[in-house]
Amino acid sequence: MSKDRTHPLDIASLRAKLGATSGQHYWRSLEELAGTKEFDEMLHREFPRQASEWPSSLDRRSFLKLMAASLALAGLSSCGVQPEDKIVPYVLTPEGVVPGLPLMYATAFVMGGYAVGTLVRSHEGRPTKIEGNPAHPASMGATDIFMQAAILTLYDPDRSQVVTHRGLVTPWEKFVDEIRPALDAQLALKGSGLRILTETITSPTFASQCRALQQRFPEARWHQYDAVGSDAVREGARLAFGSYLETHYRIDAADVIFSLDSDFLCYGPASLRYSREFASRRKPGSGEKHMNRLYVVESNATNTGASADHRLPMKPSQIEQAARLLAREIGLEGVQVGSMTLSDGQQRWIVSAAKDLQAHRGACVVIPGEYQAASVHAIVHAVNQALGNAGRTVIHTDPVEARPENQLASLSALVSDMNAGKVDLLLMVGGNPVYDAPADQDFTKAMNNVPLRVHLGLYDDETASQSHWHIPQAHPLETWSDARAFDGTVTIMQPLIAPLFNGVSPHELLSVFLGETGVSSHDIVKNFWRSQQGDRGFESFWQDALNGGIVPATAAAVRNAIVSGSPASWAPAAAQTEGLEIAFRPDPTIWDGRFANNGWLQELPKPLTKLTWDNAAIMAPATAQRLGLATADLVSLTYKGRTQNFPVFILPGQPDGCVTVSFGYGRTRTGKVGSGTGFDAYRLRTSDALWSGGGLSVQKTGERYPLSVTQEHHAMEGRAPVRHATLADFLKHPEFASELVEAPAREETLYPEYKYEGYAWGMSIDLNACTGCNACVVACQAENNIPIVGKEQVANSREMHWLKIDQYFSGDLDNPRVDSQPRMCVHCENAPCEVVCPVAATVHDSEGLNVMVYNRCVGTRYCSNNCPYKVRRFNFLEYSDNQALTFAMQKNPDVSVRSRGVMEKCTYCVQRISAARIEAKKEDRPIRDGEVVTACQSACPAQAIVFGDINDMKTKVRQSKSDPRTYGLLAELNTRPRTTYLAKVTNPNPEIEEESHSS
Amino acid sequence: MAQIFHPSMKVISKASIVALVIIIGALSLAGVLSYRSSYYTSASEPREQVVPFSHEHHVSGLGIDCRYCHTSVEKSSFAGIPPTSTCMTCHSQVWTGSPLLAPVRESYRTNTPLRWNRVNDLPGFVFFNHSIHISKGMGCQTCHGQVDQMPLVWRQESLYMSWCLDCHREPEKNIRPRSEVFNMKYKAPQNQEELGLKLVKEYSVKTKQLSDCSICHR
Repeated sequence: MSKDRTHPLDIASLRAKLGATSGQHYWRSLEELAGTKEFDEMLHREFPRQASEWPSSLDRRSFLKLMAASLALAGLSSCGVQPEDKIVPYVLTPEGVVPGLPLMYATAFVMGGYAVGTLVRSHEGRPTKIEGNPAHPASMGATDIFMQAAILTLYDPDRSQVVTHRGLVTPWEKFVDEIRPALDAQLALKGSGLRILTETITSPTFASQCRALQQRFPEARWHQYDAVGSDAVREGARLAFGSYLETHYRIDAADVIFSLDSDFLCYGPASLRYSREFASRRKPGSGEKHMNRLYVVESNATNTGASADHRLPMKPSQIEQAARLLAREIGLEGVQVGSMTLSDGQQRWIVSAAKDLQAHRGACVVIPGEYQAASVHAIVHAVNQALGNAGRTVIHTDPVEARPENQLASLSALVSDMNAGKVDLLLMVGGNPVYDAPADQDFTKAMNNVPLRVHLGLYDDETASQSHWHIPQAHPLETWSDARAFDGTVTIMQPLIAPLFNGVSPHELLSVFLGETGVSSHDIVKNFWRSQQGDRGFESFWQDALNGGIVPATAAAVRNAIVSGSPASWAPAAAQTEGLEIAFRPDPTIWDGRFANNGWLQELPKPLTKLTWDNAAIMAPATAQRLGLATADLVSLTYKGRTQNFPVFILPGQPDGCVTVSFGYGRTRTGKVGSGTGFDAYRLRTSDALWSGGGLSVQKTGERYPLSVTQEHHAMEGRAPVRHATLADFLKHPEFASELVEAPAREETLYPEYKYEGYAWGMSIDLNACTGCNACVVACQAENNIPIVGKEQVANSREMHWLKIDQYFSGDLDNPRVDSQPRMCVHCENAPCEVVCPVAATVHDSEGLNVMVYNRCVGTRYCSNNCPYKVRRFNFLEYSDNQALTFAMQKNPDVSVRSRGVMEKCTYCVQRISAARIEAKKEDRPIRDGEVVTACQSACPAQAIVFGDINDMKTKVRQSKSDPRTYGLLAELNTRPRTTYLAKVTNPNPEIEEESHSS
Repeated sequence: MAQIFHPSMKVISKASIVALVIIIGALSLAGVLSYRSSYYTSASEPREQVVPFSHEHHVSGLGIDCRYCHTSVEKSSFAGIPPTSTCMTCHSQVWTGSPLLAPVRESYRTNTPLRWNRVNDLPGFVFFNHSIHISKGMGCQTCHGQVDQMPLVWRQESLYMSWCLDCHREPEKNIRPRSEVFNMKYKAPQNQEELGLKLVKEYSVKTKQLSDCSICHR
């Protein structure tokens, strides 16, 4: 992002410019479109001015002296005797451990209470990488960004490591001793002063402990609160069906999908599954099942919207109107639409979508957004029923949560009890209510009325600072527990490593409150399951559950639910207001703030904005134009009397009149990584407007706040990287993608043709399946020991991600189409980088890989200069963290950790290829298709990335490359990339003439 | 005008140029040779250990196979150093009072591992895999020397990349039948080259691929 601009972009002229262009025209940012001087300059220098400038004032003479000295010394540094090392075996080798061979253990990752099954790779007792569990219904082998990054949180040295009492380090035993009199006092009162606050719980063991606690303290109360809660979902189900029912969808059975502000492809307990199912219906080749169609109505720009065939941005207050209009068009009786603020074009759009849905009765689905009002959910339940989707694309089950409740009401009850002085002992298990409770509740003030407050948490955070006792929580990878997936399937979670930092599991803490002593979480979980299963055959049940990662037959029972409420009784949410609206959303990478200290997630470019290390007030170009704002201007947002500053970010595609802020930033007590990042949106969030509201006012402060955005970094300058056609065009010209640009014939080269006998590794990436979720980026970072560089270095274009998701906007400024393209080293057969390395540090191997030999590299950077894809990353500084011992434990021992001065890039996971080849050779057989799975391929929920041997005609990658949509990125340069892409084909509704969406 | 330089400078200047050339040459030669000497490679220098474990006694004397202790050599990249419990399989009953074995007993008793000094070590940027070498007919002896005759272990070969490449480029010079891999008394036959080429073919050793950088460096 340009830091020097002092005047806002002229949005009107940008609009005119876009209107004047014809044909496909891709742009990555507004600055690129405007062709500003700063952008052009940034383009021509691969690393911006700041990156290559000498940082301090040093005169020429001293510089030469320094250089001479370092040159003289440089030669000597590597010519020493190899330092002597120790070799330390075990005393008693643990069973099954073979040093050098990793083991995989099945467990689960829990977010919002819901589990996604994982297989965690462990090297000599240290977990190093998280993969999905193919047998688990919520994972199907895939992972999302939070699952991949969880391993870094395990090893975070900023996690709390000791029990503290009023800030002083205290042994755990002392806590157990001192809590006993308070518990005894509560026993006498039947627990009327005891309150337990947790996050959403699905764990059967935890629930049984809570029930036992309720028996011990009959008048105690258990409250659940999650900042990203699903109160409206539960309430909507209650309105429609009379009781809380869980709803999930069968996306692969749907021909038409209509999303009402739901980012179902990227976030949510079932998002991995939905992504897989959606991608499976996204193959346009003839002979396949009919390609599906996705309509998205949304109030902020999401990846699901980017994957849509038709997208309609609208303000949050208008989404309910859209839902009601849709319901009326479907023919639902009694739905009040109210005063219409949607434009005629928007109404026509919804009517066409409704017709499309009706044409596919029983094979369509309407998905309401999690953050919509309860009435919207109820209406959508009725709509789905009217369309005959129930039981086919929409499945209702018994609740999965242990005790579903209205969490906001529960929290408010707790706050009012605390304010009334009724609470003597408050136990907080996880969560950070001081930071993320709604601002109007003033949780801190209420909490200070409680004489004894105990907090269990991973970090010494805002809530811990307000509690008498803070107990370090054992990370889920360090302890035993269990949890349920979106469909109810139970996974028994097992530890991969003993607690690194004296962590205590929630089960162990509750057992103290139950009056038990010295019971480990292993015994608690195992005893619970023994009580469920009985003693007969229990050991084999236990072993099977731990081995496979799922407890069979625990899915929640499916219910044939009929909508019993009457739509007329579902009043619309609060009256619409004029003026600017604000939308609160969990941050796409930090979520509700819990990952603020996770460096991988902080540096992960957020979808669509590609912002790192900060959050921003995202607004549409039209809004910014009206207010006279530019990106990175610091503005003050005032909402319901509360004020908070945010930097502006102008995002094409954001609805006009709505400002979206993400919460999770602006934390005051987090570790070294999270401190000083972003701005706290919780300050503006109140109980009556948890997700959106009107009446926002924006004031300029006159200051600017630098934002580190990766959107323009490593640009490829105007060539046709993403290729797209509609389904109709594709069926007429299947090979449109490769015909777009003329690539030279294979014979047109000076180099002799090299015959690849044996394996020839190649990759194919399906752009139709890719949603831009970034799971592959974090997976690559975890697998290959890729460092983070920090905000300032990202601003200098020095982020080290080997794999980036590039985003290309095209079309109208207010509602552009967004295409995501993963880009990593494409392993050119005619690699431009190999011929220019003076020390032969990057060479080609006999299987087609472009190999990077770190020990030879001297840091000329000529290879990066020559690479047209700009996929090489240079370690300008010592980015790898060699200080923290725990981060060394996370590193993959099969991949070098690079030091300063060395170039690196995607290696096609050569360590995995090597391991597979060695195993195959030992067993005297060829490598099977699917035996080598790169980290990115394994993480992708949509299976967009396919890797394998292209010399073998039967491999999946070979079939993928024979798809007519195949094209090579920059193939016209005759680089002969081994990674090819499948062009994007969308399936627009021919009846919808969208003025604002080019196709 | 007066001569600045004494006539003897005629000889001295020529001689000093020659001397300079000789000295530079000698220094370079010394540098190169010293780099290949055992000072740098630590070859043929027995290493002091916590416990003076004698391979000669255990292998030649008692006939214990390499794999009794180095258990993962056929399965994993790392051959494996035996855990203390392996030593105790015998030494809980034999030489139970020996002072030389006191560190072993102490280690078993206190559950603290023994810290051996590493003899055969490669730099961190080299990823060497034992199991594939065993599988393709490389004897222990070829790289590690006559370990069965070492009272204390020393590094037999330099383990330099050039030494590895000598074999990687011509594996037929060192390959032996799979059944002889753990045979410490095996001697290469007269027709090693011919036998070697036959074995290379039989064991599908792809010699061309063995010189790829990515085989060892990643």
